[in-house]
Amino acid sequence: MQPLVLPPELRELQEKVKAAVKAYGLDCFDVIFEMLDYDQVNQVAAGGGFPKRYPHWRFGMSYDQLSKGYEWGMQKIYEMVINTEPCYAYLLNSNPYIDQKLVMAHVYGHCDFFKNNYWFSKTNRKMLDQMANHASRVRRYMDDQGEDVVESFIDRCLSIEDLIDPYLPFQDQKQKPAEEFNKPKAELNIAKFQAPRSYLDTFMNPKEVMEKQKKEAETKAKEAKGHFPAEPERDILKFLIENAPLEDWQADILSMIREESYYFVPQRMTKIMNEGWASFWHSKLLTEKLLDPSEFLDFADRHAGVMVTQPGGMNPYKLGIELFRHIEDRWNKGKFGKDYDECDDMVRKKHWDKKLGLGRQKIFDVRRSHNDITFIDEFFTEEFCEEQKLYTYAMNPRTKRYEIKTRDWREVKEKMLAMLTNGGQPLIRVTDANYKNRAELLMKHEHHAQDLDLNYARATLANVSAIWGRPVHLETQVDGVRRVFTFANGDFSEEK
Amino acid sequence: MSLFNIQRDHARFKNIIKGKIKQDLKKYISNGDMIVRKGKDTVSIPMPQIDIPRFKFGSNEGGVGQGEGNPGDEVDQNGQAQQGKGGGQAGDQAGEHSLEVDLTLQELAEILADELELPRIEAKGKEILEKDKDRYTGIAHQGPNSLRNFKRSFQEALKRQIASGNYDPENPLIVPIRRDMRYRSWKTTQEFDANAVIIYMMDVSGSMGDEQKEIVRTESFWIDTWLRSQYKGLETRYIIHDTVAREVDEKTFYSTRESGGTLISSAYKLCMKMIETEYPPEQWNIYPFHFSDGDNWSGEDTKLCFDILNSQLFPKINMFCYGQVESRYGSGQFLKDLQEQFKEGHDKLSLSKIENKEGIMKSIKDFLGKGK
Repeated sequence: MQPLVLPPELRELQEKVKAAVKAYGLDCFDVIFEMLDYDQVNQVAAGGGFPKRYPHWRFGMSYDQLSKGYEWGMQKIYEMVINTEPCYAYLLNSNPYIDQKLVMAHVYGHCDFFKNNYWFSKTNRKMLDQMANHASRVRRYMDDQGEDVVESFIDRCLSIEDLIDPYLPFQDQKQKPAEEFNKPKAELNIAKFQAPRSYLDTFMNPKEVMEKQKKEAETKAKEAKGHFPAEPERDILKFLIENAPLEDWQADILSMIREESYYFVPQRMTKIMNEGWASFWHSKLLTEKLLDPSEFLDFADRHAGVMVTQPGGMNPYKLGIELFRHIEDRWNKGKFGKDYDECDDMVRKKHWDKKLGLGRQKIFDVRRSHNDITFIDEFFTEEFCEEQKLYTYAMNPRTKRYEIKTRDWREVKEKMLAMLTNGGQPLIRVTDANYKNRAELLMKHEHHAQDLDLNYARATLANVSAIWGRPVHLETQVDGVRRVFTFANGDFSEEK
Repeated sequence: MSLFNIQRDHARFKNIIKGKIKQDLKKYISNGDMIVRKGKDTVSIPMPQIDIPRFKFGSNEGGVGQGEGNPGDEVDQNGQAQQGKGGGQAGDQAGEHSLEVDLTLQELAEILADELELPRIEAKGKEILEKDKDRYTGIAHQGPNSLRNFKRSFQEALKRQIASGNYDPENPLIVPIRRDMRYRSWKTTQEFDANAVIIYMMDVSGSMGDEQKEIVRTESFWIDTWLRSQYKGLETRYIIHDTVAREVDEKTFYSTRESGGTLISSAYKLCMKMIETEYPPEQWNIYPFHFSDGDNWSGEDTKLCFDILNSQLFPKINMFCYGQVESRYGSGQFLKDLQEQFKEGHDKLSLSKIENKEGIMKSIKDFLGKGK
């Protein structure tokens, strides 16, 4: 099965789009478009945009769902682009010309973002090869160890694939100085009588007393050395790779999964910005440069389809594009800075226009340095919240239904930030690898507002234990009470 | 090698699902509603989404939405994943995903057989059971318009036009005439096949309630599924009886509720008549199933039933199955009477007592475990 060759009219279109993109100052990697039929698109989408992934049933599951979704007419994947250099993007061959136009423009938007956003700066741009590489390594392990053994180990690893530290690639990779590990053990401090004659030594310093003292000193030294890990470790995958009793192939698989996890993290961190940016540009490019007058209605229809927001939902495309537009408008009109912030006159504020024209430059700067959290934190304003009719909703315990709670912009912003923190996942760290001095693993959930799903937590705990090879514990809070769950020897229990 | 290798993963996923169905087969068997017939040969089975466990947040704590409405208005929580481009949405709350698994009846029967260790049925007289079968294999010059083969007809027309110089590549207009028309044609072949008929009989007297009927309905679905996988042409007939018996269609069979007494022999007589007139035993594998709560009107009638079974039915059928469904009035005598009458058992008689829905699985094994 080979991708279809891009027909001449689309090759021509790509050149046009490219020229328009350049004219606006977007800075993209080269883009290679491949034309696929719907089944091929579903296959690639099942692999997260990558045609070659290691063998695992979960790709089959998403393929199954995508195929059914397509066949039943419920969903269709328009566009896919992956962060590599050059960028690979896929076009669905059954799409009409206007859709391809929109998709191409959108893809170039993503591509500019991939290339220029700081949070993507550490990703492996040759991931296509790396994924294929992983695939063949896993397949080799399957040949050696057996398919079932390897696949169920992968199941376990995937169970904890999110437990990494998204900021790690951006920290100074200061390795611990090697001598810290190789430092000669400190002289044990044992009280001893100085014997005047060597043959008196064993009498003045009896063996049993010496032994006892030595032991005490050792425990003391151990306590002084303190915890392992010294600091709570957020990159649990790394911790397990380095410290769990894994066979070589297991450690290799775990590190592949960690690598892929790190590769996908920036996309999770910038979903709103990335989609907003791409939508901003497809809209700009098409309406100002690329559309034929006869295509306007179709474009409006497709664009509206992308922007639609279901009740009770948030559409990153919509939110992102509107926030970029909001920023552009503010910086064009100079609606920022001390004067503006301190102005109490609402009418004056509304018609504030210093004609600065800094908007375009500003949004380019924003796309360079921000991620979703800082994007919302810095630019989400009262005006924006009102304009976009945003609200928070929550379960009303009395009526047992979800109701709009408030439209207060501070609360909306806070909720939004909470949902984006750590990609909406609980934050869990390894705090003690020698819990109770029995080489058991203690993980701690940093509890904020939400409790964990306990069924999932137990099942995950079992998987961690299988990797760690010893009992594992999870400290969390349920209904405001501290609780420690344990998985040991095939059984769950709770520490009282 | 192909560009993608999704087929292996897809097959693997399907296997996992089949394994799950096998695991939960008992649940599916005792709960007949869960399995939906789809078309002729497939069923659809709902099952919870399989998932890789992760640390995730529990209860839905709400979120941020966009649109009209005042504080206190209800928010529709069904709006899960966004359609259109790409994938989900930021901070989406995953709903209760449900998988719909489509299986063919054949696959379902295999799972059933594996789990209950059902032996394959030895059909009788395969050679003599023949059937004419029409297959479209060729092309003919004559035929009805409904069987016109457009492609071939236009090919012929094109050939003719090129040969006669009437074809203009600039204006490729092809008009078939009568002579160009081609039609699909068929061949009749004889196929050897085993035919089977299930004759369901049910007591619909006052004591058989809805719950009992539900048990019968569920059980007959599984019996159907199994026998259908074993025979190519399976017919089903339905008889209901109280003091008199009559043949009904499937819907009536499960929905009729009569009251009054019970004469089991009436059903057996009708069943016998059906076999004699329509299903010559040398060509048909015959499976009468009788479901009742076991209350018969009189001992005399019970005796008559034994007579019919012994002298008339047994020589003609593969297996006679009697299932006694426990009703809220307790369970009747008929099963006990049968057990006493055929103390050493009879190789063409299969008895089962179904106490409740959970008993269906065991009962199916009772009935079908003999491999006849």
